[in-house]
Amino acid sequence: MINGIAQGLTAYFVWPGLLVSALLGWLFLWLSRKLVARMQRRFGPPFYQPFFDFVKLLGKRSLVPAGMSPLLYYGLPLAAVISITLVLAVLPLPGGVRASFTGDLILVLYLMEMPAFCDVLAGFASRSIYGQVGASREAALILGYSLPFIASVSALAIQAGSFRLEDVLAQPFSAVHVLAGLAFVLAVPARLKSNPFSIPNAEQEIVAGPHVEYNGPALALFELAHALEFVAVASLFALLFVPRLPSAGLTLLAYLGAALLLVVLTSLLAAATARLQIHRAFRFYWTWGALAAAACVVVAVIF
Amino acid sequence: MGIFSSILKRSRRRSPWVYVLNAGSCNGCDIEIGAVLSPRYDLEQIGALRQGSPKHADILLITGPLTLRSAEAVRSIYAQIPEPKAVVAVGSCPATGNVFAGSPTVEGGVLNAVPVDVFVPGCPPRPQAILAGVQEAARLLAEGKTGRKQEAPHD
Repeated sequence: MINGIAQGLTAYFVWPGLLVSALLGWLFLWLSRKLVARMQRRFGPPFYQPFFDFVKLLGKRSLVPAGMSPLLYYGLPLAAVISITLVLAVLPLPGGVRASFTGDLILVLYLMEMPAFCDVLAGFASRSIYGQVGASREAALILGYSLPFIASVSALAIQAGSFRLEDVLAQPFSAVHVLAGLAFVLAVPARLKSNPFSIPNAEQEIVAGPHVEYNGPALALFELAHALEFVAVASLFALLFVPRLPSAGLTLLAYLGAALLLVVLTSLLAAATARLQIHRAFRFYWTWGALAAAACVVVAVIF
Repeated sequence: MGIFSSILKRSRRRSPWVYVLNAGSCNGCDIEIGAVLSPRYDLEQIGALRQGSPKHADILLITGPLTLRSAEAVRSIYAQIPEPKAVVAVGSCPATGNVFAGSPTVEGGVLNAVPVDVFVPGCPPRPQAILAGVQEAARLLAEGKTGRKQEAPHD
């Protein structure tokens, strides 16, 4: 019992939870910023940049906006960090806990929506017009990207006949994995709010979107949640769509490779494109996203 | 606590986010600030990012001679930046009023509104000078020497 609790705490706070994922998330954020900078022929930020940004924000004095309850102001970013860390702790990565239970895939899907959901609430609660516009855009974007994202994960669950992660991972690699992987990748840029879909936090139009009134430690927590979400999306992608290799070390390396590939792809896309209007992004996801979603679910049902 | 405060000091020097504010400038300095953000001078290499919200910023870049109509906005935006914060006055106008000095529509220098930490002279200043000014302000932020009231410059 004590052993189990210690294992759970380690999974939550160290690996694959808070500590390692925060470091990995900062690495991904730095890589993404550096790649975009190099593609624009800029020098780009130094290696430690996301860490320095985080510590600096922690060390700033907080201004709670007038008319907003401090409970909401600090609670929303905290909820985002706590729930996305829980996703990472539950994922059966090599070296993590192996406590798979029925329906844990559903739990993962729900908890992964939490940071975006907290963003929307934070935007509406901030009483700033820019925050509210950003929040409504983000809410619309969630409706868009959730379609291919949830369908791709569900297709694997349909194929396995179970929403238990262990059962889903035990399936042999097949055509469903390829199609579902494509649908998943389609949803990634919007999930990470990177360039063609950086609509909710559009800096040149609506100041900073839902985070406009956030500053200091609360903003640092939102930035941390974003870094952790990056890692959560990348690890879920690696876990579901990269075949497992015989040894744990090799599997981990393959997962890391897949995650870095995802970072490079999103950075390439971000550097090469301009921001879409929200209705165009919505139309994109409800035509191509819906098509990908339908394709992988149909193939999963047939085979 | 010792380790954390030394890391914090380093972070403040390495991560100065800037907010650009035009206090009635002719746009010349704003164009040079645009050049600082461009590939050639790349402000991001010293860790700086241009922020859209003053609440996310550490350094306020002010251009222009502080016209009467912009004075209230400058004071309000300075107050919205969370502590610790620094102010960099870009160009000759915020320092002295430049060619607008003595005009009934300007307050003649931003020192009347906010405490300036670094002056970057020039009409307009070169992008390298603005970059050096931001770096100097970041150093002052790290050492906690910002926000002091200064004497108005002599002419």
